[in-house]
Amino acid sequence: MKETVKSTAGVGLDQAKEQEAHVSFARRLRERLADIVAQLTAAGALIVVCIVFSIASPDFLTFNNLFNIISQTTVTAVIAIGMTFVIISAGIDLSVGSTAALGGMLGTLIISRTNVSWPLGVLGGTLVGGGIGLVNGLLITKARLSPFITTLGMMSVARGLVYLSTGAVAVYSLPDSFALLGEGSIDGISIPLIVLVVVAVLAYFLLTRTRLGRHAYAIGSNPEAARLSGISIAFTLIVIYVLQGLLAGFGGMIASSRVVSGQPNFGIGLELDVIAATVIGGASLFGGQGTIIGTLIGAFLIAVIRNGAVLLNINEFYQEVIIGGVIWLAVYWDQFRRRRLSSVS
Amino acid sequence: MGVAGEGEVHRQPIVRLQNITKRFPGVLAVDEVSLDIYPGEVHVVAGENGAGKSTLMKLLSQVERPTKGTISINGQPVHFSGPQYAQSLGISMVYQEFALAPHLSIAQNIFLGREPARLGFIDRRGEVRHARELLRRVGLNIDPRRFVSGLSVAEQQRVEIAKALSLDAKLVIMDEPTATLTGQEIEELFDVIRNLTAKGIAILYISHRLDEIFRIADRVTVMRDGQLIATLPRADIDEKKLIRLMVGRDIANLYPKPVTAIGDVVLRVEGIARAHVLHDCSFEVRAGEILGFAGLVGAGRTELARAVFRADHIDAGTIWLDGRRLSIKSPDDAIDAGIGYLTEDRKKDGLALTLGVHQNITLANLPAFAGILNLGQEKRIAVRARDQLRIRTPSIQRRVNLLSGGNQQKVIVARWLETRARVLFFDEPTRGIDVGAKAEMFELIGRLASEGRAIILISSYLPELLNMCDRILVLREGRIAGVLNRAQFSEERVIALATGAKEVEVL
Repeated sequence: MKETVKSTAGVGLDQAKEQEAHVSFARRLRERLADIVAQLTAAGALIVVCIVFSIASPDFLTFNNLFNIISQTTVTAVIAIGMTFVIISAGIDLSVGSTAALGGMLGTLIISRTNVSWPLGVLGGTLVGGGIGLVNGLLITKARLSPFITTLGMMSVARGLVYLSTGAVAVYSLPDSFALLGEGSIDGISIPLIVLVVVAVLAYFLLTRTRLGRHAYAIGSNPEAARLSGISIAFTLIVIYVLQGLLAGFGGMIASSRVVSGQPNFGIGLELDVIAATVIGGASLFGGQGTIIGTLIGAFLIAVIRNGAVLLNINEFYQEVIIGGVIWLAVYWDQFRRRRLSSVS
Repeated sequence: MGVAGEGEVHRQPIVRLQNITKRFPGVLAVDEVSLDIYPGEVHVVAGENGAGKSTLMKLLSQVERPTKGTISINGQPVHFSGPQYAQSLGISMVYQEFALAPHLSIAQNIFLGREPARLGFIDRRGEVRHARELLRRVGLNIDPRRFVSGLSVAEQQRVEIAKALSLDAKLVIMDEPTATLTGQEIEELFDVIRNLTAKGIAILYISHRLDEIFRIADRVTVMRDGQLIATLPRADIDEKKLIRLMVGRDIANLYPKPVTAIGDVVLRVEGIARAHVLHDCSFEVRAGEILGFAGLVGAGRTELARAVFRADHIDAGTIWLDGRRLSIKSPDDAIDAGIGYLTEDRKKDGLALTLGVHQNITLANLPAFAGILNLGQEKRIAVRARDQLRIRTPSIQRRVNLLSGGNQQKVIVARWLETRARVLFFDEPTRGIDVGAKAEMFELIGRLASEGRAIILISSYLPELLNMCDRILVLREGRIAGVLNRAQFSEERVIALATGAKEVEVL
């Protein structure tokens, strides 16, 4: 049987090749170029913004400032990497800000109350986030609540747990070495940068080279087709929300490290920055589309605009207006490009 | 059938297209097309997918702006201004995928955007009265205050036509209007069309179904590669000629059924039941055999296939493959056991439209080790499938939504071939694909059977089943009404079983 199955030999193969030849080259080249241009647009915008700020402000292109941007962005970017998986699967996670705060609080509590070394506390905070993600995943797949409603509820529940954990008091008395995670450097290379690169590379691999990543794309693109192709939607989604929770908890620990404390009010509104970074990076809220590199560019674009605005003494309220405009532009450009591409066929 | 009999063709056309051309970046979609449409005629536009029919319709209804050429209505050249303007000139389009708001009532939908108002308030009673009158003209005797979401597809289509009438349409464009209708509904639609043409309204009708074209057309225009190949009165064409004009070459046999040795029973299904849907269904398929599922829409054909594949839950029933009893709980298990199901609705249930051709092909059987994908292997699989099935695509990475219907269908076939399935359900595999691609699809199905697979073919179009199948199983209201051997095949017998007509004994 196996042999015969393989030999579904083509009749009239030449004809197909012939038909292909005249459509192929020009169109393929154009599509490839369009793809490259699309990737370059976001990156190009980032570069242009950087150039403009380096001309406008002498402080922009300094070691300290760049170091600062990187450690600021790492928190958003790490969480946005998780959000990329969620949004590709046609979901959304509004609870990441609260989850990050809860991870940060409980992680720092572990360090300050027990005498474990701070990396174990970081692990604890990360796992707390993973637990929140697990509950999200179970509510979405087993109770069949929509991701929006599930995580809207969790946003409130997790924030409540943050306040309950200490009575809304910040956690201090942490070892100085804890600051390494969010602000340290090895031979001049920023530790948060290293952390971000490692997380991004692992996530890139997970998204593009594993079943999990492929299943995320398939579920976001067409859940029924995915199910009828034998993909377990429940399992995949639970893993994705756990991953998002882990990264949110970890992000919360990085943020705590930067201020060497656990802050109960950390991460309010953070989910919006995270979603914005993902969307600017080309992910579609309808699912099935998105990349890690795009999300990173989106996160840095937001951070650089914030940073540059501060350096140039632009009123901080304007920053918010500018970032909103960037979201509109990015999504508009993306849609414009897709429309043009599909109208060709 | 309309007023535009032979002696009257010389009178003034309602719509005249002169040298209409539409160029998209890199593609000449419509190339110097000139065409006259007369009052009261049913003018069929035929052609393969990508021939430019849909673009031509969009130019007429002013959804797209022509690159060059003129469109005249009643002898007056008109400028381009958008679909609303085209409607005000009397050109209305009934869309293939209906464009009604499900949460509004029928009357609200008909007058959407043009609500009759008195002193700024919507005149709801007038709206309903007027809507009722329009519904009557399209043969619908239902309350216009009902919500559209509760209507059948056929009824929604009729509401669309009523909407066109409310706009005082002179030309109604219908894009594949029968694609989702049952036999009876098609007859009713044809009656409506006859009533409209009798009042001098012209119908421009796009269709793939040859039998319909011959039944309903006054004149037929054939397009291929954006060009108008010929416009002919119905009397001057036969099936063979029409296919040749559409495809550009002769197709020797639409239904190439191979002679195959039929082997042992591969799949045996016993007593499958699902409350209110399927009742005690048992059947078997042998290696090399093509078993047809016939029946009216809603008789349970798709449901039976989905039940075997466990895409839906079942209340009772056992499934045996190669004499071994299976315990299947999900599509995942069914695939592992060697059963494949090609869904009826490619776009809704089959394809991941934002993914590439290669990713769609490997979706049901990803080449992976310990969860890590082998992308090189995936590429080789996709290239091989493309060559074997002649999938026409500039590259295997191309997003699958950019392919034609026939090629999308082949992508799904490729996916299931990769699972090495022993049993394959093909649910309406030729829906929405053109004549040339249909013949290819049947050739492929025949080849899969001759390789020793068991094939189940579900189709609403009887000639497909009568020509391709070894046996036909007829369903009626969720029960198996009978099974016919090839020697017993006739359209009448199948219909009698499907409808429960008494004369089945006589036949």
